[in-house]
Amino acid sequence: MEETADITDRDSFLAGLELPAHCILSEEAELRPYECDGLSAYHQVPWLVLLPETVQQVRSILGYCHQCKVPVVARGAGTGLSGGALPLANGVLLSLARFNNILDIDLANRLARVQPGVRNLAISQAVAQHGLYYAPDPSSQIACSIGGNVAENAGGVHCLKYGLTVHNIAAIELVCMDGELLSIGSRALDSAGYDLLALITGSEGLLGVIVEVTVRLLPVPETAQVLLAAFDSVETAGHAVAKIISAGILPAGLEMMDSLAIRAAEDFVHAGYPNDAEAILLCELDGTRAEVEALISEVHELLTGLGARDVRLAKDDQERRKFWAGRKAAFPAVGRISPDYYCMDGTIPRKHLGKVLSTISQWSSEYDLPVANVFHAGDGNLHPLILYDANKSGELERTEEFGGRILELCISVGGTITGEHGVGMEKINQMCIQFNEDELRQFHAIKKAFDPHGLLNPGKAIPTLARCAEFGRMHVHGGELPFPELERF
Amino acid sequence: MIQQDLTEPLRERVASACAGKTPVSIRGGNSKSFYGHPCEGEIIDVSPHSGVLEYEPSELVIHARAGTALTDIERLLDQHRQMLAFDPPHFSPKSTLGGAVASGLAGPGRPFTGSVRDSVLGVGLINGSGETLSFGGQVMKNVAGYDVSRLMAGALGTLGLLTDVSLKVLPKPASVYTLQQLCSQQDAILRFSEWMAKPLPLSAACWFDDHLYLRLSGTETGLRQAQHQLGETLLEQAPDWWTSIRDQQHDFFQRQTPLWRLSVPPATPPLSIHGEWLIDWAGGQRWLSSGESAETVRGITASVSGHATLFRNGDGTTGAFHPLPAPLFNLHRRLKQALDPNGIMNPGRMYKGL
Repeated sequence: MEETADITDRDSFLAGLELPAHCILSEEAELRPYECDGLSAYHQVPWLVLLPETVQQVRSILGYCHQCKVPVVARGAGTGLSGGALPLANGVLLSLARFNNILDIDLANRLARVQPGVRNLAISQAVAQHGLYYAPDPSSQIACSIGGNVAENAGGVHCLKYGLTVHNIAAIELVCMDGELLSIGSRALDSAGYDLLALITGSEGLLGVIVEVTVRLLPVPETAQVLLAAFDSVETAGHAVAKIISAGILPAGLEMMDSLAIRAAEDFVHAGYPNDAEAILLCELDGTRAEVEALISEVHELLTGLGARDVRLAKDDQERRKFWAGRKAAFPAVGRISPDYYCMDGTIPRKHLGKVLSTISQWSSEYDLPVANVFHAGDGNLHPLILYDANKSGELERTEEFGGRILELCISVGGTITGEHGVGMEKINQMCIQFNEDELRQFHAIKKAFDPHGLLNPGKAIPTLARCAEFGRMHVHGGELPFPELERF
Repeated sequence: MIQQDLTEPLRERVASACAGKTPVSIRGGNSKSFYGHPCEGEIIDVSPHSGVLEYEPSELVIHARAGTALTDIERLLDQHRQMLAFDPPHFSPKSTLGGAVASGLAGPGRPFTGSVRDSVLGVGLINGSGETLSFGGQVMKNVAGYDVSRLMAGALGTLGLLTDVSLKVLPKPASVYTLQQLCSQQDAILRFSEWMAKPLPLSAACWFDDHLYLRLSGTETGLRQAQHQLGETLLEQAPDWWTSIRDQQHDFFQRQTPLWRLSVPPATPPLSIHGEWLIDWAGGQRWLSSGESAETVRGITASVSGHATLFRNGDGTTGAFHPLPAPLFNLHRRLKQALDPNGIMNPGRMYKGL
């Protein structure tokens, strides 16, 4: 990482900063809670935490940091899973937690204007009385904030039909590193000029700080029903997914879990999953009553014909929620059966599911690390959870290496290293495999157009060419790192 | 049929233009040359670089070279009962995939099944330095690196030449109904807003000449239920209407007066600008045939948080696209420089100085 700060003395930095004292945290005990985000494997106590309360304060903080060349890491709710909000020892951690108001609900245009710290689920709750909701539903939706969702282009279990964050937002207010405030997007369906909204969504806090988001709201479907199908193999379940989609059916959600994930979830929330199945599929269909009724019987027939050994329709809303509760609690459920777990986020073209899962299972025995698989089957987004124990010497390193190989496998079948969690700190090395030098150089040029001194979230998301060269040298040894006793980055 | 891969010859032409700092003008089917400003420069015809590279209906993804004709892509999708979600206009049978993505124009289905960029999953690109780059991919979810592929939608080739595009496609609905009703513009906009807030299987909503038109798409039973819900006064109408609006074959688009495209928050009440109106996108896209000055049209549109494009029949002196605020325009210029340092890719097609 480049050494960027001209001012390394925190007191002199603070002396020039115009911000009320209650918005500044500088004591070790106050800073400690911010040392990591949802990926606790990486941690760093920040140099300073600032908690602004107004857009004007954000602008003045960034302008001042720009002037002093002090790097800035923005943080929402801190639920990110790739270390995107990992603080810096020499930079400001800018928390947007105090921006937690819903500013305006425009029912006629079905838009909600909210501050970035508003929780994802709070938006849907606020508009539920009008029969509307905000579609993207990452599993962390009770806690994660909308600003973070935009920064990461968060997904969820309903992406196949309703898209990612980028498909469900209309506008943002962005503070650039020099303190300039830009309005990007609009309340109309498009805007003049380049589609900067698309570029900024998922840019992991490297291009600007989001201080307001206008989201699109959708009418709550008249009805939603979910089928639970049990299979004797993951391949058969994967085949069933392809058949449902080829039949012209677009499920609202289509999720797969393998046996280890099923058992962990069942023991934890008693969702009613068949404990002895090798794989289950959850298929949710939504729409008008007549439509859903017709589709449910079509999918039921398809699944039975394709070798599902048990197909159950959730009999009421309560059972439907229970089926989903098991899936949404899969990560913490795995957390109960293992001291630690490492969550991967590769996406693959679905047709390679069988090959990818069998390779992962083979490596799982080689590394002697169990893997539970949770899969957004509809859109090809795979979440293998590698179970490990950080207290056992060398196990985290083995896990990281295993995880890295899974990501490389995803690239080799035409997929990507991250579907919805972001690159952050965690997958920075694999970026060197997914993109070539020219492409990385192009990313750096784009970054420079927004942030010429590289002060926003440095070291994340896009690796430097030097780092890739270093990684490439280590990489040629077939995953066996030279000098394993050396600290890596 | 897969034609020869012309990526390398295309790249060489851009690279030599870059070395000589001479502008190039990118062309697909040449069906949208009226759109934006004419730009000087050596014409690079991308249309011979054609062919579908990958299409698996069960993946809901198609990957094709930029020169592939839209009609070829749509014919192939149709064989598998699938379609392009953004319903692109065909201003001529030669319209290409690359042109459709670069122009970012979408048909009447836009508010319901998404914009061009909503469908884009990945692109192959030759930037202004003559480098062949690839962003995004063939999967629905992909957040690795900046989303350069979606940025290309609507950039009018000013950030690079598209060589190939991957798109998410959708299953074709089992049934489609078109309904119409006598209605004022004001009432139509109110009803659109009311219906859009309900879980109805709408797939297009338009108003013209004191009639509103609705398209419903879904299963036969679902559509019958929806029709019942919407009321008995809605009559069935011929389905050709939507294609004639999308491709601008309808009489409304044949006038010689300036044609404006106003993009506004959909529930905006009728705007008091003198001229003829055709309202699409459930109120969000408003076509205006009017001799009023650009200042008037743009001033009123901006006052309701919209933007106005002079789409056709301009006099050549008025900029086609709504002016951007200075800080935003400066960012556009820096971004253009990041992808096209010598400013050779379709210079001026979108804005002067870009």
